[in-house]
Amino acid sequence: MAFKLKVNGKAMSADVDPDTPLLWTLRDTLGIVGPKYGCGVGQCGACTVHIDGQPVRSCLLPVSAVGQAAITTIEGIGADPVGRKVQAAWTELDVAQCGYCQPGQILAATALLKAKAKPTDADIDAAMTNICRCATYIRIRAAIKLASGQPQTA
Amino acid sequence: MAVEPTGASRRDLIKITASAAGLLLAFRVAPKAEAAERAGAVALNAYVRVGPDGIVTITSKNPEIGQGIKTALPMIIAEELDVAWENVRIQQADNDPKAYGRQLAGGSSSIPGNWDDLRRVGAVARAMLVQAAALAWNCPPGECATDAGYVIHAATGRRQGYGPLSVQCAAIAAPDPRTVALKDPKAYRIVGRGTPQYDTARIVTGAPLFGIDIRLPGMLYATFQKAPVYGARVAKADLDAAMKVKGVRKAFVMDTDAVGKLAGVQAISDLGWAAPLNGVAVVGDSWWAARKGRDRLNTQWMEHPTGKQGTEAYDARALSLSAGPPQKLLKSEGDVEAALKGAAKTVEAAYAYPFLSHAPLEPQNTTAHFHDGKLEIWSPTQTPEMGAQLCAKVLGIKPEDITLHMTRAGGGFGRRLQNDYMVQAAWIAREAGVPVKLLWTREDDMAFDYYRPAGFHFFKGGVDSAGAVVAWQNHFVTFGDGEKAAGSAAMGANEFPARFVPNYRLGQSMQPLGAPTGPMRAPGSNAIAFAVQSFIDELADAAGADPLAFRLKLLGDAGTVGEGNDAYNAARMRGVLELVRDKSGWANRGKLPKGTGMGVAFHYSHKGYFAEVVKASVGKDGAVKVDKVWVAGDVGRQIVNPLGAVNQVQGAALDGISQARFLKITLKDGQAVQRNFQDYPLMRMADSAPVEVHFNMTDYPPTGLGEPALPPVIPALCNAIFAACGKRIRRLPIEEPLLRA
Repeated sequence: MAFKLKVNGKAMSADVDPDTPLLWTLRDTLGIVGPKYGCGVGQCGACTVHIDGQPVRSCLLPVSAVGQAAITTIEGIGADPVGRKVQAAWTELDVAQCGYCQPGQILAATALLKAKAKPTDADIDAAMTNICRCATYIRIRAAIKLASGQPQTA
Repeated sequence: MAVEPTGASRRDLIKITASAAGLLLAFRVAPKAEAAERAGAVALNAYVRVGPDGIVTITSKNPEIGQGIKTALPMIIAEELDVAWENVRIQQADNDPKAYGRQLAGGSSSIPGNWDDLRRVGAVARAMLVQAAALAWNCPPGECATDAGYVIHAATGRRQGYGPLSVQCAAIAAPDPRTVALKDPKAYRIVGRGTPQYDTARIVTGAPLFGIDIRLPGMLYATFQKAPVYGARVAKADLDAAMKVKGVRKAFVMDTDAVGKLAGVQAISDLGWAAPLNGVAVVGDSWWAARKGRDRLNTQWMEHPTGKQGTEAYDARALSLSAGPPQKLLKSEGDVEAALKGAAKTVEAAYAYPFLSHAPLEPQNTTAHFHDGKLEIWSPTQTPEMGAQLCAKVLGIKPEDITLHMTRAGGGFGRRLQNDYMVQAAWIAREAGVPVKLLWTREDDMAFDYYRPAGFHFFKGGVDSAGAVVAWQNHFVTFGDGEKAAGSAAMGANEFPARFVPNYRLGQSMQPLGAPTGPMRAPGSNAIAFAVQSFIDELADAAGADPLAFRLKLLGDAGTVGEGNDAYNAARMRGVLELVRDKSGWANRGKLPKGTGMGVAFHYSHKGYFAEVVKASVGKDGAVKVDKVWVAGDVGRQIVNPLGAVNQVQGAALDGISQARFLKITLKDGQAVQRNFQDYPLMRMADSAPVEVHFNMTDYPPTGLGEPALPPVIPALCNAIFAACGKRIRRLPIEEPLLRA
């Protein structure tokens, strides 16, 4: 059945089964491939998107549960001033290695900074639960500090 | 070797043995002109195209898997070409070994294997542009210089951009790469400067880059169900039930033996336990539909001899093998028995480490389109040439009928040296007749890995009253059949401390394994360093010595011992050991609070010398916290991209800590017990630690950085835990409950 979705500020329609996870609706039906598949069980966070500004693992969220909520993906996060700042910090420090997890990391970091403008290391540890298999955690932490205007400790 | 002059035909193939390493540098003068994306661009060789506006497109030959090679290799060419980096565009090469030689992401080999050749590629193109200017200006080329994309003639003040000059290069013969002048490294402006990855802007905006992102018109999506027991074949599957799921287009059984007969090869025996084509393929309009179809298959599998294997039995068998004499003596020097008898102190210890899964975050996938007898592939692979050959063999087509595009890979770690998923996709695409994207689930990826093999080391060692190691015996129990070790389960006869201990014996026993194994980041080394460098620590403790000073003494005052691939440069190792001692504040470790300790270890692999110190704390409850890591590395005289180099080393160190603390694959009833990240818990942010990186610059050729920083961190951590709480880690992963006070 057709679901009307609001993705990155645009109205879109996807004709999929109701149990289809939002991740696959975005990737395979709507062609929005920034959110990545890593585990399918909500563990790794590579599929993270924002639903009304909250970070959500889209691999577990059936498209039928989204309703009229605003979906923001990595493709749209640059329209948000905080998101843009996070992307800039990621670029300046050249955080990525393979880069596969980074869309999810950037969305998680953006949500953290919107909730707390100057997060502590403990805040970062608690909020940044996404897996980076290349283990770029040192630069992810530094980039969050940079984006929040704090000195980089590591 | 002769260099054919060009001029008459710009498409002549130039082949020369150019580098000191004797590698074949082969490049066509202009095979890609028609592929030039930028209007009017002129190809000076297979790597370099110059646009009329001076924008230079450089081809990167090797697969990008997160090691940063897509940026680093073009930096080397751009340096010698002498072009401004902001005017460089990078294009990923297709698989084309005739044009590019070996295209591989493995063994940390891209920098050492291409450093010399690619400098010459850039220098040859630069020389042609200089020649073109000299002809136009009617002056000797020797009077011309270049400056970031321009040829200049100082005497007359003339200056011309590469863009206009490139048009005149059609008539210019490429000079001999063997003798072309190379830059003085002191003049480098690109190499040695921290340079962000070329794809960074696309990564942070989510642009399509990876294999999983490929979308083709009319493309269908596939999933492939394999037997949970390695090598087992399908007995029956309810294909009709799968076909009833909305969106499922096709479901069919694949079988290695049948495929083997069809392809005219014998049971594809070289594919081994992975038996990549035994299973059931489900193809649908979406991947989700295909997966739902797969869930309905109710597949029954034939019995298979590997169905009873398990880690527990392997551990028990290893222990019983250790009680007997080694099946094979790999090296024996001096008289170990006598030396142990005469030693002031002796130590005996057994070490073990588990199977590991590579778990690159992008699950295995490949998109393939088979049409008109030809195959086009888009794949995240570390070995494109081998992948194309495998597909050609199994599908019974010619390698030249395969076009293989290398996509960026979401991690590799050695997993994508194997192309089992690629050949599955090729087979499914041929059956489907339309473009198909095959994507594995994470569970597939963990269940059907080529695991890092588990292994066992049974040590005896002795030190004399002066604190010197006088005896070393290692009975290495590993996996294999007859004379042949399982993939990445062998140990070199000269592995350290061979040649540094007068009475030395390395014996080996093997037991057969019914699961696929293969190289994982720093293969062999990632496990052996843990065992060897931990046991050295035990000997240091028995001698009552400072573990770092003890290691310096063990290295002695030797320079290079051995030759060729067996060469070990003790001076370079002492250099990094002394550097990490000084940078980590090793001398002050006595002032650390109770429950905190520092440990050290070193290891040589992939031509890189690395010594590392870990500071860690152990709580009363056994909880481990890694406080900091110091790394000192020696990879020669030049770091190509310091920004990427530090990232690689930090990632390798944290990857090692992640393995040591959290990860294992257990086999039970013939299958991997661990299915996904909830039971294979890769490190997350909260367990990461600062990693301080130092390079000891020495006058040796530049070598690679993807791997050699990993092995020492594991024993350094275990040795730090011993320093912190007095408990020795002899089995990985670290079990914190065993560390309780």
